[in-house]
Amino acid sequence: MRRNFLKFLTIILAVALAGCPPKNETGGGGNAATNGGDLLIGEYGSLTGAQATFGQSTHNAIMMAMDEINAAGGVNGRKIKVLTEDDQSKSEEASTAVTKLISQNSVLAVLGEVASSNSIAGADVCQANKVPMITPSSTNPQVTKKGDYIFRVCFTDDYQGENIARYAATQLHIKRAAILTDVKNDYSTGLTSTIERVFTSLGGQIVGKSSYSNGDNDFHSQLASIRATNPEVIFVPGYYTDVGQIAIQARELGMKQPLLGGDGWESPKLIEIGGRALDGSMYTNHYFYADETPVVRNFVQRYKDRYGAIPDGMAALGYDAARVLADALKRAKKLDGASIRDAIAATRNFDGVTGTITIGPDRNAVGKKIIIEEVKNGQLTLRATIQPNGATPTATAAQ
Amino acid sequence: MQLFLQNLLNGIAVGAIYALIALGYTMVYGILKLINFAHGDVFMLGAFTGYYAGRWAGAHTSGQAGTLMSWVVAGGVMLLAMIVCGTFGYLNERIAYRPLRNAPRIASLITAIGVSFFLEYGGQFVFGPDPKFFPTLVEKHVIQFGGITTTNYQLIVLAVAIVFMAILQYIVYGTKFGRAMRAVSFNYETASLMGIPTDRIISTTFIIGSSLAAVAGILYGLSYPKIDPLMGILPGLKAFVAAVLGGIGNVPGAVVGGLAIGIIESFVGGSRFSNFTPAIAFVILIGILLFRPSGLFGKYEAEKV
Repeated sequence: MRRNFLKFLTIILAVALAGCPPKNETGGGGNAATNGGDLLIGEYGSLTGAQATFGQSTHNAIMMAMDEINAAGGVNGRKIKVLTEDDQSKSEEASTAVTKLISQNSVLAVLGEVASSNSIAGADVCQANKVPMITPSSTNPQVTKKGDYIFRVCFTDDYQGENIARYAATQLHIKRAAILTDVKNDYSTGLTSTIERVFTSLGGQIVGKSSYSNGDNDFHSQLASIRATNPEVIFVPGYYTDVGQIAIQARELGMKQPLLGGDGWESPKLIEIGGRALDGSMYTNHYFYADETPVVRNFVQRYKDRYGAIPDGMAALGYDAARVLADALKRAKKLDGASIRDAIAATRNFDGVTGTITIGPDRNAVGKKIIIEEVKNGQLTLRATIQPNGATPTATAAQ
Repeated sequence: MQLFLQNLLNGIAVGAIYALIALGYTMVYGILKLINFAHGDVFMLGAFTGYYAGRWAGAHTSGQAGTLMSWVVAGGVMLLAMIVCGTFGYLNERIAYRPLRNAPRIASLITAIGVSFFLEYGGQFVFGPDPKFFPTLVEKHVIQFGGITTTNYQLIVLAVAIVFMAILQYIVYGTKFGRAMRAVSFNYETASLMGIPTDRIISTTFIIGSSLAAVAGILYGLSYPKIDPLMGILPGLKAFVAAVLGGIGNVPGAVVGGLAIGIIESFVGGSRFSNFTPAIAFVILIGILLFRPSGLFGKYEAEKV
C-alpha cells in the first residue's frame, strides 16, 4: 500500500508539473472591428517573469515611439494602436500571446520579443499566419530563418559572438578562456558555439566548458571546476539575472577573472544584482546611453523625461523597431501582410538610435555597429566601438 | 582533491537547506501520512517575509553591516519569518486539512496541491512576478583554508541548520510533546484513546515544520539573493525527494537525504555532465522508488490485509 501510494504520488507530481501555469495577461482587449480608423499593431514581451526588464524596457520605448508618431500625424493620417500581451518570459506563453494577437485582434504586424527562445516561438505563429513580425533585439540567427515574414533590427549572434571572441583574442590578448552556458536558452547555446569557433580559430584555447539551466541559483560547483582549469577570462553568454549571481559566486570562490558576455547582460538590474563583483567585466551592446550623437541624446532625454530612467539597449532597439515598422506602414502599397512585408524588406539607411538600419536579404539588419561596455566601479563605461566594415556611420536618414 | 573538497563543501551548504525543508515534509508525513505539497511554497513565504522585513530594518536602523546590530536584525528577521510561516502553517492545517481528516487521503493531497498553487499565484499577485533581490543582512566574507574557499554565509547556513536540527531532535525525542507526537505518528486512533490531544499535536507539528521552512527560506535568500514567488517549487520538490530518500516519516533520514541530494548535485554540477544537474534529484527519486521504496532509514511495514 505505502509503496503504491508513493508511486501514485510521483504520477500526481508529474501531472501537476506538466499542467500548471494559468494565463495571466495584461493589456490587450481591443477588437479590430471597433477600432475604426486605427492601425492595430501587436506587441508581445516578457513584462513579468525572469527577464522582466527586457520586456518592460522594450514596451516603454515602443509606446513612446508610437505616441510620437501619432502626435506627428500617424501613418498617412491614421493613428497606430499597440495591443500588448505579456508572455511571462516563457516561450510557450509567447506562442499563445501571438496567436491571440493575430486571431482575436487581427493585428497588421507584430513586434517582439527580446529573448530568442520566445521570438522563435512567436515567429512560427507569425509566419504560419503570414503576419510580418519585427524582433527588436533577438540575436539568435534561427529567428529570421523561420520565414520571409520575420525581420530583426539588431545584429545577430554570429556577428556579436565573433566580435566578442575577436576582441578577447586580439585586443585583450587572451589565450585561455572558459565558457559557462545556459543550456535551456537558444540565445546562450548559439552564442557559445560562435564564440568557441572564432576564439579557437584565432589561436585561443577553451580550457573549461560548463553549463547551467535558466533558473538555477547555485553556480559554485560549475565555477569550482572552471577555476581548476585556470582560464584568463570566463565567457558567460547568458541573461542578466544569472550573470550577476555568477559574478558574485565566482568572487566568493576567489576567482578574479573578468567575465565576458553579450547583449543578454543589458539591463538596469545587472549592476543591482552583481554590484562590484562585475568590475572589469565586459559585454557587447547595441548602443551606449551616453553617446554624444544627437539622435541618441534626444532619445535618452525624451525617455528620461517620460519614464524617469535611463533607457537600456533593449529600449533603444524597441524604439527603432517601432519606428522601422511605422516607416514601412507608410510606404506599404496596401495594408496587408505581403505588402507590409515588402515595405519592411525595402528599409534602407534608416537613421535609428542604434545606428543605421538596412534590412539585408536574410531579413536581418546589416552593417550595425557593436559597442563594448565595461563595468568599472559599479558603473557602465564605454570600452570600444566596433564599426562594421565598409559602412558609413553617418549615412543620411530615409524617413 | 582540492576540487573534491570544494564541491563537498558547496554540496553540504546547499544540502543543509534541503534538509531543513525535508524535515517539514517528513514530520507532516509521519504524523498524518500526508505529503504537504504546499511546503515548498511556505519556504518561499519565509524568504519573502525576510525580504520585506530585512528591507524595512535596513531603512530603519543604522544599517551598518558587520556590527552587532546587523546580527540582531538578522535574528529578528528570521524570528519574524518563523512566526509568519508558523502562523500560516497553523491556519493551513486548521482551514484546509483538518476538515478532511476523515476523508480519503487523496482529498487532502489534492487540497495540498491547491494550497501550493494558491501560494504560488497569490504570491505573484501580491509580491509581483519578477525576481527580487534579498537584502544583505550580514556582511559577507570570503574565507580560505587549504586551497578551498568558502564564505561566512556558508558557515552560517551550516551552523543555523545544525542548531535547528538539534532543537528538533530534542523536541521529538526529549520532551513529553515529542513522545505524544511519536505516539500520534505510530497510531492516530490509539493515541487519541489514550487521552493525547491529537488535533493540538498535529497543529503544533505543522507550526514547527513551517517554521523550519521559514529558516530555510531566509538561509536560501541570504545565499542566493534572487527570490521570486515560484522559487519554492524546485527546492520543495528536491526536499521531497530528500525526504523519500531518507525514508519518509524518519527525522534523521530527512537530514541525511537532504545532505545527500545537495552533495550529489554539487558533484554532478562540477563534472562535465553539469547540464543534467536539475534532473539528478528525480533520477534518484525513480531509483529509490524502484529499489528501496521505504528509503534508506525507513522501516518496511508489512501490510495487514
